[in-house]
Amino acid sequence: MRVCNQVRAVAKREWSAYFNSPVAYIFIIIFLALAGFFTFSVSNFYEAGQADLSRFFFWHPWLYLILVPAVAMRLWAEERRLGTMELLFTSAVTPGQAILGKWLAAWAFLALALALTFPIPLTAAWLGQPDWGVIAAGYVASLLLAGAYLAVGMFTSALTRNQVISFILAVVLGLFLILAGFQPVTELLSQWAPGWLVDGVAAFSFMPHYEAMQRGVLDLRDFVYFGSVVGFMLFLTHLVLGNRSGR
Amino acid sequence: MIKVEHLVKKFDLRTAVDDVSFGVEKGTVLGFLGPNGAGKTTTIRMIAGYLPPTSGTVVVNGVDVVANPVAAQRQIGYMPENTPLYDDMTVSGFLRFIAELRGLRGQERDRRVADIMERCMLTSVRHQPVDTLSKGYRRRTGLAQTLLHDPAVLLLDEPTEGLDPNQKQVVREMIEQMAKDKIIMLSTHVLEEVEALCTRIMIISEGRLKLDSTPEDLKKRSASYNTLTLDVVAPGADPATVLAQIPDVARVDVVQRAGDKHVLRLIPRDKQSLAVSAIEVATQHKWLVTELRADPGRLDDVFRDVTTTADVIRQSA
Repeated sequence: MRVCNQVRAVAKREWSAYFNSPVAYIFIIIFLALAGFFTFSVSNFYEAGQADLSRFFFWHPWLYLILVPAVAMRLWAEERRLGTMELLFTSAVTPGQAILGKWLAAWAFLALALALTFPIPLTAAWLGQPDWGVIAAGYVASLLLAGAYLAVGMFTSALTRNQVISFILAVVLGLFLILAGFQPVTELLSQWAPGWLVDGVAAFSFMPHYEAMQRGVLDLRDFVYFGSVVGFMLFLTHLVLGNRSGR
Repeated sequence: MIKVEHLVKKFDLRTAVDDVSFGVEKGTVLGFLGPNGAGKTTTIRMIAGYLPPTSGTVVVNGVDVVANPVAAQRQIGYMPENTPLYDDMTVSGFLRFIAELRGLRGQERDRRVADIMERCMLTSVRHQPVDTLSKGYRRRTGLAQTLLHDPAVLLLDEPTEGLDPNQKQVVREMIEQMAKDKIIMLSTHVLEEVEALCTRIMIISEGRLKLDSTPEDLKKRSASYNTLTLDVVAPGADPATVLAQIPDVARVDVVQRAGDKHVLRLIPRDKQSLAVSAIEVATQHKWLVTELRADPGRLDDVFRDVTTTADVIRQSA
């Protein structure tokens, strides 16, 4: 199918762009180092004496908060800065195909980084009898979370030609999406706000959905939630890119 | 063919392109001229389906660019201003990527890319990253990219801008080669380029089409067109006065005089050719004409004229 070919061509280029520069390697090393550091040193994985990965997955929203915008920020800002966006959008590619291709490539890259954390579940398996179902659910949740962050970062990247601005905007938006449903914050809010409001705001957040999934509960609604976040953010990206001023 | 009708583009308060209409037929190399900021790039971007026009239509080979940009872009090869390229890719990797966007796959893609690299003399740099290329190679890579899907229409925004004379020559030769069965529209503000390449010229200024003509016709508009410079040896005579008697001559200027040697400039009344009558007069008086030059006209005169006057002159090619 012609449509798929173009999505694949864009995705392939984007994927190789990560590995043509040091970005990919630096990202993977830092991601793995931080994931390991937080899991083993900060959360005391060994001392806890539990063969599960909750201490590992707990940190992912925070790691992604900083690291995913770093992966996403160049996606469109760079195209704008170099003027290659003009080349791309005059080569018989629709913005939708290009957006999807780029998002898929970056998501696949994040999936690779996540897959490289495999020594951590192996450690848990070596030390005890972990529930592989829960671990698998945790990975699925983490992957969906990364995709949602990525879509946010892609949107902010489309807004500007400046990668730093894109990065900061993505972190701020991501922080909102975490904190709106982060338990310490919702508890604080519920002291003065009505319960329905707190729940309403929290429903927008990544956290309740992420936490439910990484406990091993794979509810269709959580899939729908992450799918909607991604869809909505890609839609906004499409709006921004479609409204070209030519600058 | 390209058909542009009543094209308008407004940016906030500024009207960049103001009611531009024209048509271009196959086999034409159209030079799109104008001062910086005249609306050349904006017009080309609208034809290429990158910028949506505020109003008006663009039809390329029967496909409406506004309604169906992707289908129209299949007919178009477009090189944007300043040749943006993916700097992190190699030349062949970049061309393969564009070929894939253009729907070519597998062996067909590789054959096509190899063929185009050969034609654009890029084979020797095919494994080099784009950001290490010289400007000339960069431009050739940009041109190669437009040719991959063998489009009927080529839009080239300032194809020789910033190149040295040798590189310019190479790019021009490439364009000439491609010209045969395509429409080529190139924007430039280098007038010599237009003379060398184009079969048709349009001058745009302040977003409006000021002139649409051929290079030959344009030159005739130049004030100095057919002014005749005559070096003559006329012992004991006053050739200036005698030549001024020719009916078509408006005025004779004496450029230089050393003894019997005169250098005269004959200005025609209505841009007629004066050579035959001048030689006739000289032979009658037995003067010796040592040199005779008719001014071919200068495009820059016309360009300056057209882009600085406010009134719209239109003449069909």
